[in-house]
Amino acid sequence: MIASAFEYHKPDTVDGVVSLLSKWGDDARVIAGGHSLIPVMKQRMTDISHLIDLGGIAELKGISIDGDMITIGAMTTQHELITSEALAKAAPLIHEASLQIADPQVRYMGTIGGNVANGDPANDMPGLMQTLDATYHLTGPEGSRTVKARDFYEAAYFTAREDDEILTAISFAKPSGGFAYEKQKRKIGDYATAAAGVMITIEGGTCIAASVALTNLSDTPVYCAASVDALLGSSLDDATIKAAVTAAVDASDPVADTRGPVDFKKHVAGVIVKKAITSALARA
Amino acid sequence: MGKTHLKMTVNSKEVELLVEPRQLLIHVLREELSLTGAHIGCESSHCGACTIDMNGMSVKSCTVFAAQAQDAEITTIEGLGSPDGLHVLQEMFKEHHGLQCGYCTPGMITRAHRLLQENSNPTEEEVRFGISGNLCRCTGYQNIVKAILAAAAKMNEVKESA
Repeated sequence: MIASAFEYHKPDTVDGVVSLLSKWGDDARVIAGGHSLIPVMKQRMTDISHLIDLGGIAELKGISIDGDMITIGAMTTQHELITSEALAKAAPLIHEASLQIADPQVRYMGTIGGNVANGDPANDMPGLMQTLDATYHLTGPEGSRTVKARDFYEAAYFTAREDDEILTAISFAKPSGGFAYEKQKRKIGDYATAAAGVMITIEGGTCIAASVALTNLSDTPVYCAASVDALLGSSLDDATIKAAVTAAVDASDPVADTRGPVDFKKHVAGVIVKKAITSALARA
Repeated sequence: MGKTHLKMTVNSKEVELLVEPRQLLIHVLREELSLTGAHIGCESSHCGACTIDMNGMSVKSCTVFAAQAQDAEITTIEGLGSPDGLHVLQEMFKEHHGLQCGYCTPGMITRAHRLLQENSNPTEEEVRFGISGNLCRCTGYQNIVKAILAAAAKMNEVKESA
């Protein structure tokens, strides 16, 4: 399988990328790790005349932990997320989730920026970023702006990012409390049949903060506000957890595919969300 | 959309050639450089038969454009050992029957090489997780895992006696 011909660009600054995107518009695409884009180009399911490689831009790389704020450059790979001891300590949820993405080879190339910006509902990072209430940093011809992960996704492959913008970094407050990212997949390397990220903070036996988000259970990641409402202020007894799980399943809207029919996916969603809540609770 | 000048170091040798940016790295290695060790299996970044080492990473070379390999340091199975001087991993795959048809073997060994560079004393579980991006349809993996663990032990022995 051979992609159609394209012109290859490798600018070394974000401004360089933005000016190429402004010039070529729809005909241009940026490539990060390429493990979502190249397979699609090989199948000729997309038409790209100008490919802009972000691999030469140093300012897009790296993890910085500044007090309570964690910032991760868009071109940081999943392998780098996994091997960063500082990040594993500051945000173990990212470590836990990254290990469940694809396989070792793909994780060396796959980036956090590509994973969140692509808008593929099957990618794990978007749901994870909604769990963490992360902020995305975008740069375009008009300058830079931020969009919350929970507001970024509009439909499959449609996001709040404009065609002439690139996602440069994500940031989020250092998480506290219990956490879990649970994923059901058919085999290593497969996308989730259902996956869920959960964070829970308890004080004096009462849940004072919570977050629940789903992966690959709708055409966007799903932040489950109703589940969070059920958990907040409760003592996290069995009835509350059951209500939170039911609310999450109700918020999901999966489609039937090779991973199973809708009823099966909803069933797995319930199992996975319950597992994630229970596991986060045990760590809270 | 002309050709571009590609410079890489492949198996410690500098190479320079003209490629189309859209050419895949696996095609450049196999067809332009006649390094046919790395195989084309699924062509969709699942099977790992095309695994090579690029800049210290195990990479599926069917999912890398040649243009992205500019200035890269690449090792293929041909760079690990030779028929007269097998790499320890190759020796152990032979000894422990870590291959049957052999199609996955170059990718499997190249991946195992990087795994052992990063973790010289892996547990069985770490080996299985570490090679989870490489599919084998013959062996059932058991003997591959044995071979990699034996290679790790052998490499550590050599290190200790050095």
